[in-house]
Amino acid sequence: MADTIILEIARFHPEGDAEPAFQSYEVPLRSDWMVLDALTYIKDQLDGSLAFRWSCRMGICGSCGMMVNGVPKLTCETLLTNFAPGPVRIAPLEHFPVVKDLVIEMDGFLGKLQKVRPWIVRKDGRLPEREFIQTPAELETFKQYSLCINCMLCYAACPVYGLDPSFTGPAALALAERYNLDSRDQGATERTDVLSQHDGIWDCTVVGECSVVCPKHVDPSLAIQQYKLTATKEWFKTWLLPWGNK
Amino acid sequence: METSSHDILLIGGGGAGLRAAIAIAEADPKIDIAMVSKVYPMRSHTVSAEGGAAGVAGKDDTLDEHCYDTISGSDWLGDQDAIEAFVSEVPGELLRLEHWGCPWSREPDGRIAVRPFGGMRKMRTWFAADKTGFHMLHTLFQTSLKYTSIVRYDETFATRLLVEDGAVRGVVAIELRTGRIRMITAKAIIICTGGCGRVFPFTTNANICTGDGMALAYRAGAPLKDMEMVQYHPTGLPFTGILITEAARAEGGWLLNKDGYRFLQDYDLGKPTPTPVFRSMELGPRDRVSQAIFGEFEKDRGFHGPYGDYVHLDLRHLGEHKIESRLPMVRELCLKYENIDPVRQPIPVRPVQHYMMGGVHTDIHGATPLRGLFSAGESACVSINGSNRLGSNSLGELLVFGARAGKSAAEYVANSGRRDNHARLLAQAAEEERQIEENYLRKTDGKERIAKLREEMQKTMESGCGIYRERASLVASANKLRELQERARHLAMEDHSRTFNTQLTSALELGFMLDVAETIVHCALNREESRGAHQRRDFPKRDDQKYLAHSLVSRSAEGPPRVEYLPVVITRWPPGERIYGREH
Amino acid sequence: MPQYSQFQPKPYERPMSPFWYFDRWPYLKFILRESSSFFVAYFAVVILIHICAISSGPSSYAAFSAWMRTPTMITVNLIAFVFVVFHTVTWFMLVPRVMVRQVMGRSLPEMAAAAPNYAVWAVLSIAVALFALRVI
Repeated sequence: MADTIILEIARFHPEGDAEPAFQSYEVPLRSDWMVLDALTYIKDQLDGSLAFRWSCRMGICGSCGMMVNGVPKLTCETLLTNFAPGPVRIAPLEHFPVVKDLVIEMDGFLGKLQKVRPWIVRKDGRLPEREFIQTPAELETFKQYSLCINCMLCYAACPVYGLDPSFTGPAALALAERYNLDSRDQGATERTDVLSQHDGIWDCTVVGECSVVCPKHVDPSLAIQQYKLTATKEWFKTWLLPWGNK
Repeated sequence: METSSHDILLIGGGGAGLRAAIAIAEADPKIDIAMVSKVYPMRSHTVSAEGGAAGVAGKDDTLDEHCYDTISGSDWLGDQDAIEAFVSEVPGELLRLEHWGCPWSREPDGRIAVRPFGGMRKMRTWFAADKTGFHMLHTLFQTSLKYTSIVRYDETFATRLLVEDGAVRGVVAIELRTGRIRMITAKAIIICTGGCGRVFPFTTNANICTGDGMALAYRAGAPLKDMEMVQYHPTGLPFTGILITEAARAEGGWLLNKDGYRFLQDYDLGKPTPTPVFRSMELGPRDRVSQAIFGEFEKDRGFHGPYGDYVHLDLRHLGEHKIESRLPMVRELCLKYENIDPVRQPIPVRPVQHYMMGGVHTDIHGATPLRGLFSAGESACVSINGSNRLGSNSLGELLVFGARAGKSAAEYVANSGRRDNHARLLAQAAEEERQIEENYLRKTDGKERIAKLREEMQKTMESGCGIYRERASLVASANKLRELQERARHLAMEDHSRTFNTQLTSALELGFMLDVAETIVHCALNREESRGAHQRRDFPKRDDQKYLAHSLVSRSAEGPPRVEYLPVVITRWPPGERIYGREH
Repeated sequence: MPQYSQFQPKPYERPMSPFWYFDRWPYLKFILRESSSFFVAYFAVVILIHICAISSGPSSYAAFSAWMRTPTMITVNLIAFVFVVFHTVTWFMLVPRVMVRQVMGRSLPEMAAAAPNYAVWAVLSIAVALFALRVI
């Protein structure tokens, strides 16, 4: 194995550049380095103007998502030697506007998080004196969907979102389903409109790549399909049993 | 210059900041709240906490016992009135979080489960698998989205507090996306910016933990407290410093030296038993366990690795089922970052910097001596942690003191009618903008690389102000830091653009870190005793006569910072001996 | 071309190319999967024409059979058959991806949910083939 590797990194400085262009850097190839270590090496030693987001370096904060050789990855968990002998192409997360270098604009995503009402809704306003009783089995129904770190790799992998940025998208829909399934929540009907509308679950054509790239195995595709079943059942109920409406 | 005005401004959007914001919004929905954070809130370092949050839950546990564990854990440097308030409020806060949707792990009957934790005599640590901080942060963030009175300034980097007439009035901040430097005024400011672990070379802390809020408060004239109390977590991975949660030891993991021997028994931490015993051996407090590991290194009984010495954390005897259900993240991290499966191999670990007991000096309501300035969370020092924090007390601290600081700030603004002198504040802000432009953005003749200065700072902090300190090494560090502060005025800046300039923020963070590092060294130099996490080879005993007091460090106009002492508040627990592994 | 004015950077938008699905095999597989429904519809139409031909008498049925034997139609039908098989395989492969597969707290592997579908498909296909070939 050689002891260096070339990284080709997408650069874009909006104050001077009309469009992004790739720039090559040679970095040491260490067996315990992640791609993020190579990026921080470049920033520290070679080119301090390289801009990228990172924080926890242990795959839990969700900051460092980027395209590595065309696949969305968390660079803090992606071993550099996987790409030897290189070169490795690093680009900003697909389907998002680029602010600078590897930094993307995520305002749209935050708006979608807000839109799905991701909090416990209590219709009856009553809270138990101690905790809500929730068995381990009840916790299991939504636990997987609560593991989302908001890294947006799923949006980078979703062609539906790429073609239509108004699609609510995997992470936001999975988060809505997380609350719908939580035994303590009574807000499912409040979220129905957001989920069942045109930009909601019905835009999903089950490409399935979101679940493949998710670093936390949240399986947002499953959440969406699960909700499609729920929504359909609810729809039939309103037509067949109109008097059963709450 | 762009300016905006709010009633209360929060700097930092992690656990403490979000809890404070929600507390204010619930106390009075008419209060206009701004939250300034240099990262999006879900990226805050609260997210990486793993083990759990302690709160008295069971019928056989009492508040007094939680108090005693915390007080003795702090080596009697914790203020007992604060600790009493803390232990009584924390169960309610954890329950409130449950009502907000936090997915606490459960017993089979559906009640909240608790686990044992280091230094605690009873099982009282609530947990959400081994991602407690993650679940708490996301629950708080998602719940905060309900309140329309909270305005967020995401990716906005605060560079300076504006002080006028002895009170804090606002902040100067860089909007990272556009590069615009703006002024945000407020009647009260709450600092919740977390710790400063990046001052040290091996730390569990994220890149963003650079002590920004501590430095901002310090530069504005608020004193910092107990800065020498730096917690080392016994089990961090050797190269990355990534945390292997204490829960691994609470579930029964063993620490072994190179001879496969459970060495903690040699350090007055009890006798080895096959299953964990509270406050004994691997369930001892973090400072003593870290010091024991360090002791093994000195006796050359550790393993030697490319990044230094380490010992083994052995989980193999717990079995795959227990590891998968209670410690899945530990397994994931070991596989990913060390290529080791804890089910089959022991994990290499070493003590790494983890937490700052010290921080911005506040009273038990979160208020600092500087009018209008409050602080909560790791950036503050109330102090409930004294000279050593017990694991699973800090997540609860975020909630209790976040809420307290929020409510105090809300009361303060209700009673403060004073209008600020906008013109004078604007002048200060304009001066700050000019300095940033001159010293960083337009600087072309600097020669010092930011990373190099940062590494030198980290190296001197580790060698001069590490787990074991002594006068000569501390003085050397203090001098080195002065030299680095001088060299930091001539940084080589490659990025002169305004848009998302992370080299600029790195440079500003370096400045914050150097100031904070200096306070750590000077507090350590002045405290001539050993207590908790502060160990002096030249003063190895605890000295309650002179030092049953907090170090208060303030900036001086010239020369080194000024250190004074503030007596610890003792209510019902007179200072005693810290005993682990020997009593009931 | 983004024009920059101070403090107003324009983020760079990267529109998807109309041939985005050639970038990665999973995307191409998705498009092929979706396109295969066209061939399912094609066979449905062929069956309707077949039924029509049978019910119109022996001469129209003979004409239909002759048409089906031409090299063009054999090729077209073979291609369609490949796509329909691909359609069925990928359809059943989706079953585990759209259902919650938790039994007693442990999630089942994907094949556990997909396998029964493939098994039933195989049995039915073999039965129909044997019937069509006049074995049974």
